[in-house]
Amino acid sequence: MFKEDQLKKIGEGKRKWTEDLSKILSETPERLPRFTTISDLEIKGLYTPEDIEGLDYSRDIGFPGIYPFTRGIQPSMYRGRLWTMRMFSGLGGPEETNKRFHYLLAHGETGLSIAFHYPTLMGYDSDSPMSRGEVGKCGVAIDTLKDMEILFEGIPLDKVTTSMTINPPASILLAMYIVVAEKQGVSKKDIGGTIQNDMLKEFIAQKTFMLPPKPSLRIIVDTIEYCTKEVPRWNTISISGYHIREAGATAVQELAFTLADGIAYVEAAMERGLNVDDFAPRLSFFFDSHIDFFEEIAKFRAARRMWAKIMRERFMAKNPRSWMLRFHTQTAGCSLTAQQPYNNVVRTAYEALAAVLGGTQSLHTNSLDETYAIPTEEAVTIALRTQQILAEETGVVNTIDPLAGSYFVEALTNKIEEQAWEYIRKIDEMGGMVAAIERGFPQAEIAESAYRYQKQIDSGEKVLVGVNKYVTDHPPITIWRMKPEIEERQLRRLRQVKESRNNQKVKEMLQKIREASQNGENLMPHIINAVREYATIQEICDVWREVFGRYTDPGYF
Amino acid sequence: MSRKIRILIAKPGLDGHDRGAKVIARGFRDAGFEVIYTGLHQTPEQIVSAAIQEDVDAIGLSILSGAHDYIFPEVIELLKKKGAEDIVVFGGGIIPEEDIPALTQCGVKAIFTPGTPIEEAVKWVKENIKPRR
Repeated sequence: MFKEDQLKKIGEGKRKWTEDLSKILSETPERLPRFTTISDLEIKGLYTPEDIEGLDYSRDIGFPGIYPFTRGIQPSMYRGRLWTMRMFSGLGGPEETNKRFHYLLAHGETGLSIAFHYPTLMGYDSDSPMSRGEVGKCGVAIDTLKDMEILFEGIPLDKVTTSMTINPPASILLAMYIVVAEKQGVSKKDIGGTIQNDMLKEFIAQKTFMLPPKPSLRIIVDTIEYCTKEVPRWNTISISGYHIREAGATAVQELAFTLADGIAYVEAAMERGLNVDDFAPRLSFFFDSHIDFFEEIAKFRAARRMWAKIMRERFMAKNPRSWMLRFHTQTAGCSLTAQQPYNNVVRTAYEALAAVLGGTQSLHTNSLDETYAIPTEEAVTIALRTQQILAEETGVVNTIDPLAGSYFVEALTNKIEEQAWEYIRKIDEMGGMVAAIERGFPQAEIAESAYRYQKQIDSGEKVLVGVNKYVTDHPPITIWRMKPEIEERQLRRLRQVKESRNNQKVKEMLQKIREASQNGENLMPHIINAVREYATIQEICDVWREVFGRYTDPGYF
Repeated sequence: MSRKIRILIAKPGLDGHDRGAKVIARGFRDAGFEVIYTGLHQTPEQIVSAAIQEDVDAIGLSILSGAHDYIFPEVIELLKKKGAEDIVVFGGGIIPEEDIPALTQCGVKAIFTPGTPIEEAVKWVKENIKPRR
């Protein structure tokens, strides 16, 4: 990016500065022996054009909306349209969550995002012995189509897009969404949204798994194949780094493992015979925005550039939409502290700023009380307002990718990219991500990083305000509690549904799912037929558990 | 010389948040305890039978899903039923301050909430758990 004589002059200037600096440091040394990011990347005191001397503007940075998309995926970015403000919500039963959805939409939220309770996430009904103590606590309880109908009461599905954080039973929840839309008179061609549907990161990090990796991938490819033809506006997977990061990964590991998962999905869909340009434009991504500001911005920029290269060079995709890494961001839950919880508002705001400067397409901001429970209405309002202030007061949206050209940010983007490629090469050598997971490779890498970070917190090498520094007592805050009658109501409704539906028909539909599971036929049409007859999530998942077997945690530590 | 302290780190319920359980398992191992980790998604019955089979001195339960008010009492009840109430039960995770008295009353010896240094948990184990034989 710089002419040789310019670089020579800069080199001379830097030598002079280094000499002056070393004199000063001999008298008053720097505060720390090493300055590092939260991921332990060492950061220099000063970056100059020398640090990005090999950078080629047109090749490496370019223009928004144009390959390699380092500056963003849309030509106008936030000047055209703001990111979608999408608050991850789910509490108690569908009634409570429907009320929360209406509240958030009335307060300026622009997209929905469902948090399911653990039994739904794991493919159990509320009345299963496995669900004892869990109903409605970490999200909304959904057992049958009946619950989904209540969840979306008064919400027109052709007017809003919905993201569903759901993995093993993702196809079932998508089927329910399609049928709810159908009952509203909205065609599946017109609905928009996302299912997470990313099982590989479940084995690596989030750990809501049910079936072994291979049948899990098969069901995912079924949803990709079906949606490509029938639900064209649906994002079929949200390839997620968020949970990898929350489990303790570094920024580089988050990026590398996520893209390696993406590679595995593209390969699996192509093996099915799908054309890459037919399905790749509907793949989406989901990243964490952690507290280390510049590291996160560099990570987002590197992610776009890397995915563009992967899709164009490795998979020979021709459609520019296949090259684009579109992503949702959530601020880092693991950066929040139970101590002095109001500080979490500040942390979340910085993290949201990093996500926006990194060019996110949608954003969830955590609430101050989320280290304790599902957020209260008051807490979630502050979190939503944080995004609105960012979008409409701070002015950071006025120009696209404002940190491009910063010697530091460009150098850090390059460094993160290089280190992430190294991991991807290693995973390729192992035979791809499924093989790497079977060897426990990403799991062990993450556990190692998590342990190292905890040691750094315990020793005070890294600071957590209110936890290992500036510790004071703080008064307790009011937290959301689930009322016991919600569980009773949920169990009562499930009983009523099972009594009033056509049980003969349900049995037939479940048999069809069993046959399709065995003979390899696409499962989606059968799942849609089954949920329309009010088959429960567990009834369908039990068929799969019988046909495919279960995955159990190898318990590495 | 008595044998090393043996601890079962257990992840009950459906939640998959195992970062804390794994960090504490490694921390305990580095502190010289023998550690067995159950892996995720264990029922109270599975945890108690693993504890008895492995002949542990204590069970450390990690729960972040809000199901602590069901799981802890259930584990303690099952230990009593099997005549293994001398196995100490402690735990950690997302557990609201106001829920802790009820848990200690039912027999949970200690609850470690977010932000506890590994060292503090290690110290507590050394002071409060003795090898049962």
